[in-house]
Amino acid sequence: MSELQSLETAILAAIAAASNEAELEEVRIAALGKKGSVSEKLKTLGSLSPDERREMGPAINGLKTRVADALAARRELLQDAALDARLETERVDVTLPLRPAPAETGRIHPVSQVIDELTAIFADMGFSIAEGPDIETDHLNFTQLNFPPDHPAREMHDTFFLPEKADGERMLLRTHTSPVQIRTMMSQEPPIRVIIPGRTYRCDSDQTHTPMFHQVEGLVIDKESHIGHLKWVLEEFCKAFFEVDEVRMRFRPSYFPFTEPSMEVDIGCDRSGNEVKIGEGNDWLEILGCGMVHPNVIRNCGLDPDVYQGFAWGMGIDRIAMLKYGMPDLRAFFDADVRWIEHYGFRPLDLPTLFGGLSR
Amino acid sequence: MKFTLSWLKEHLETDATLDEIVEALTRVGLEVEDVANPADRLKPFTIAKVLEARQHPNADRLRVLTVDAGDGKAPLQIVCGAPNARTGLVGVLARPGDYVPGIDVTLSVGKIRDVESFGMMCSERELELSEAHDGIIDLPDDAPVGTSYAAYVGLDDPVIEIGLTPNRPDCTGVSGIARDLAAVGLGKLKENRPAQVPGEGPCPVDVRLEFGDTPSLCPAFALRLVRGVKNGPSPEWMQKRLRAIGLRPINALVDITNYITFDRGRPLHVFDAAKVKGDLVVRRGRDGEELLALDGRTYKVDESICVIADDNGLESLAGIMGGELSGCTDETTDVLIESALWDETNIARTGRRLGINTDARYRFERGVDPAFCVPGLELATRLVMDLCGGTPSEVKLAGEVPETGRSIEFPYAEVKRLSGLKLSDAEIKGVLTRLGFWVTGTGDTVRVAPPSWRPDIHGKADLVEEVVRIVGLESVASAPLPRGATVARQMLTPAQVRRSQARRALAVRGMKEAVTWSFIPQDQAEAFGGGSPVLRLANPISADMSDMRPSLVPGLATAAQRNADRGYPDVALFEVGQVFADDTPQGQSMVAAGLRRGTAVMTGADRHWAGNAPQVGVFDARADAEAVLAAIGAPVDKLMVFSESAPWLHPGRSGELRLGPKTVLARFGELHPRIARKFDLDGRLAVFEVYLDAVPLPKGKSGRSKGAFAASDLMPVRRDFAFVVEEAVTADRLLKAARGAEKTLISDVVLFDVYRGAGVAEGHKSLAIDVTLQPRERTLTEEEIDAVGAKIRAAVEKATGGTLRG
Repeated sequence: MSELQSLETAILAAIAAASNEAELEEVRIAALGKKGSVSEKLKTLGSLSPDERREMGPAINGLKTRVADALAARRELLQDAALDARLETERVDVTLPLRPAPAETGRIHPVSQVIDELTAIFADMGFSIAEGPDIETDHLNFTQLNFPPDHPAREMHDTFFLPEKADGERMLLRTHTSPVQIRTMMSQEPPIRVIIPGRTYRCDSDQTHTPMFHQVEGLVIDKESHIGHLKWVLEEFCKAFFEVDEVRMRFRPSYFPFTEPSMEVDIGCDRSGNEVKIGEGNDWLEILGCGMVHPNVIRNCGLDPDVYQGFAWGMGIDRIAMLKYGMPDLRAFFDADVRWIEHYGFRPLDLPTLFGGLSR
Repeated sequence: MKFTLSWLKEHLETDATLDEIVEALTRVGLEVEDVANPADRLKPFTIAKVLEARQHPNADRLRVLTVDAGDGKAPLQIVCGAPNARTGLVGVLARPGDYVPGIDVTLSVGKIRDVESFGMMCSERELELSEAHDGIIDLPDDAPVGTSYAAYVGLDDPVIEIGLTPNRPDCTGVSGIARDLAAVGLGKLKENRPAQVPGEGPCPVDVRLEFGDTPSLCPAFALRLVRGVKNGPSPEWMQKRLRAIGLRPINALVDITNYITFDRGRPLHVFDAAKVKGDLVVRRGRDGEELLALDGRTYKVDESICVIADDNGLESLAGIMGGELSGCTDETTDVLIESALWDETNIARTGRRLGINTDARYRFERGVDPAFCVPGLELATRLVMDLCGGTPSEVKLAGEVPETGRSIEFPYAEVKRLSGLKLSDAEIKGVLTRLGFWVTGTGDTVRVAPPSWRPDIHGKADLVEEVVRIVGLESVASAPLPRGATVARQMLTPAQVRRSQARRALAVRGMKEAVTWSFIPQDQAEAFGGGSPVLRLANPISADMSDMRPSLVPGLATAAQRNADRGYPDVALFEVGQVFADDTPQGQSMVAAGLRRGTAVMTGADRHWAGNAPQVGVFDARADAEAVLAAIGAPVDKLMVFSESAPWLHPGRSGELRLGPKTVLARFGELHPRIARKFDLDGRLAVFEVYLDAVPLPKGKSGRSKGAFAASDLMPVRRDFAFVVEEAVTADRLLKAARGAEKTLISDVVLFDVYRGAGVAEGHKSLAIDVTLQPRERTLTEEEIDAVGAKIRAAVEKATGGTLRG
């Protein structure tokens, strides 16, 4: 075996034996460094005869190339192995539980969500939203709405009063959202199409009554809207809101001082199970009151009831929320129990729309 | 309003079934709330005959009966303790498996003192028919054994209860209900107009209406005496009806008045004439007067209350309740019957003030038929004579029955205008006529006179309602509301949009939306800047719901404590709702408020392998507040942070966000520990309020363009500076100075460290900032960068006295 061959064998063996990049570097320096064994061999070429050089030149250069290749190959191998080893040490338990994202734990209260649902539906029918104060005058809450003073109809509303003033006037907490009808008609020219969501108050408390609750009122005033239109609006609303293809509705004559004719509306449902199912079954459930706006109310707002006409309705937001989402107890709405809000509340980014669906 | 089916049929000739009647009542607006047939409960009980009654072998007071149930099977052995159990008795049998309501027991085969018993013979109390329990029911010998007991005694008479709206006084009597049913085609109304009963001689008791120059509270008062009556229990048919609707029979004279009250909606009163002294005077009460009423309570009256008095004093609270002393008893032989008309408003007010709800008040405050005032008296006279005998006097009528005649000009087209229902003129006229309206005239517009019993009818719309409810609302076809010819415009006002944005921004930060009461306890209202007497409810539902809230924080803090008490200490709650500064509409404003308790920071509460959550603090609250302001489009870059805030916040850990020096947009901080202690709130509470209405609306923009995007190609340069300043110097001041030092080049200044300790003198702190310079035209030279640095040092020193940390 020639000297070169044995050198090559030794270097390749050293390369193979290098167990890390530092050792490999030592081998490289020992072979290809300035004073490395292969470099020393190359230096000898200058002192050789041309013939010898012709023979030894390619042999030594070939050796250098093979050593360099072997070094590169070994380096890549060692690098891979080193990376593999590092990756092994970097292993984590990916099953460790994450903290829930805030957007996942936050909740919108069902009352707010249902108001957004109402908004989406009635925006499509060309309504806007009107609002008014919670503290009202007796005049707007009752008198302007055609409740005669001392009439038993006033007793249907268990009213919260604020203290009597020196002039005998007594503010009250509105017992319904209807005073906003008056405010709207007084401040806006017909045609009017508004819904009026808001807080309302009656001194009453049991499983189905709380001293504060939410109502939504609807009002349409123009020169031609009649009971047929009222029925259509409410039917379309109920289908859209309860997200069913068909609903059965029953309009019953009733009495409210501020509408004439007045009606109460029942919705067909199935009450056989624990939850009320809207759109099926043979039971009836009262969900709202409505009617043609009373001529006196129209007149009280400075409009001529022989020219202008229209309808109004009112229903409990909490109540329709309970029906739609199967919430059994109204009182829980106002208890702020995080477990209840978590269960019945809505995700912050689930904004109800008609194009994307009201609920999921 | 309750009545029975058989009672209804006194006034309505009909073949309609109960279901048809119930359905029709609801359809015409007399909403049926309940239908109950007492017979249903009594269904199992049949008539049976005791074939033999023997002494019980082991008990002196018990008997062993052999009972024929009439079912063709072998007689039953029944052990019975009733003293009247005897051979041959016909009574009422309950068998094993039957539920006996009066003792709340479902029978089974029993063994009483070693003798088996296969059922029981019932007393009236056991069947909840009366209080009688002296013995078992003892029927006539010819009672049909084996048949239903309920049917035999006529209890198979369904009781219908309707929820009557206040506008329908005519339907406080069964006759009025029958009229509506006849109008809807369910049968024929029986005309039961009372005949006049001739009297003998004038009524010896005179009636005077004495209201002086005050408004009269009694338009008319009719009175007559019936002499020589024999009072006692009313007949069984009358008692049965009264009991069926929940009234207790008293005696014939009183029962007659109650009967007519429900039969005709005409309340009456009877006085025992022997106990009335002198004439009757109808007048206003006087201070100091009082009356022992029929309910056994004594009522004080004054000049706002209408009374009936005689020489003895007060005898009756007019139209509401009679007096105990002049009431009719079994001993009454001469009876004065009163049929009067009262001022409706005064009846309502008096009833409410005295807290008396009677069947009379219920009708008078709604408005009884004035035209039936005297006929009602005739009807009562007739019934008194029929049931108790006696001789009537002539009728004494004080005052005058008011004219109710009024007519409404009614274009038939009004029905279509308001209801959309197309009906012929003849159909409309037919309905109105069937309801007792007088329709006169011809052509498109007629005159309609409502009947005397319909005080609720005043105008055209009322007539439309009458027509529509009788024809049926189901015949009104739905008609689409015309849609606009344009794409829908934005429907929400900017203020409404903001509330929604605030809600969702807070929910995204992991907070849960609460809706808390608008009223809070007085002490909380006072502690949170409210408590004005103007906003204190006169009739709160409870003491802790007394004051309209000045702030949402107390409600949320109380709610958080409730959650903590339930085992959920780390909660993040918010509410977007109204607060009240006074009782005007302007005094009400919208606030978004939130609260974090314990460790409920935005990234999650409590312990976690990746790092435990810290206690919440002032910066969590400020972050929430600023998030709301950013979400609703407030000019956040112009906000100024002030260190002073509300007195209910921790004085050193709270602040305000203002726009300019005066306009407070938000408050934030940790709840003042003293407030927390006062209201038993434990745990750290970080709270904020954003005053949504105080945030100015953005100025109207001409377009929606966001402008051109201009990014520099030149690399930004960053330099760090650390300044030592006195403790009192706020970060805000230093940052403002640094930012303002060179407006064109400095694009950002970030404070990245606050240090106290070695190398920084006592009472001082080191604030380290990272300044970014954005070259505009060309790369900056070191000299230019150093020049900016010098400007920053100078500006900071001037503003804060701070020096570069060595």
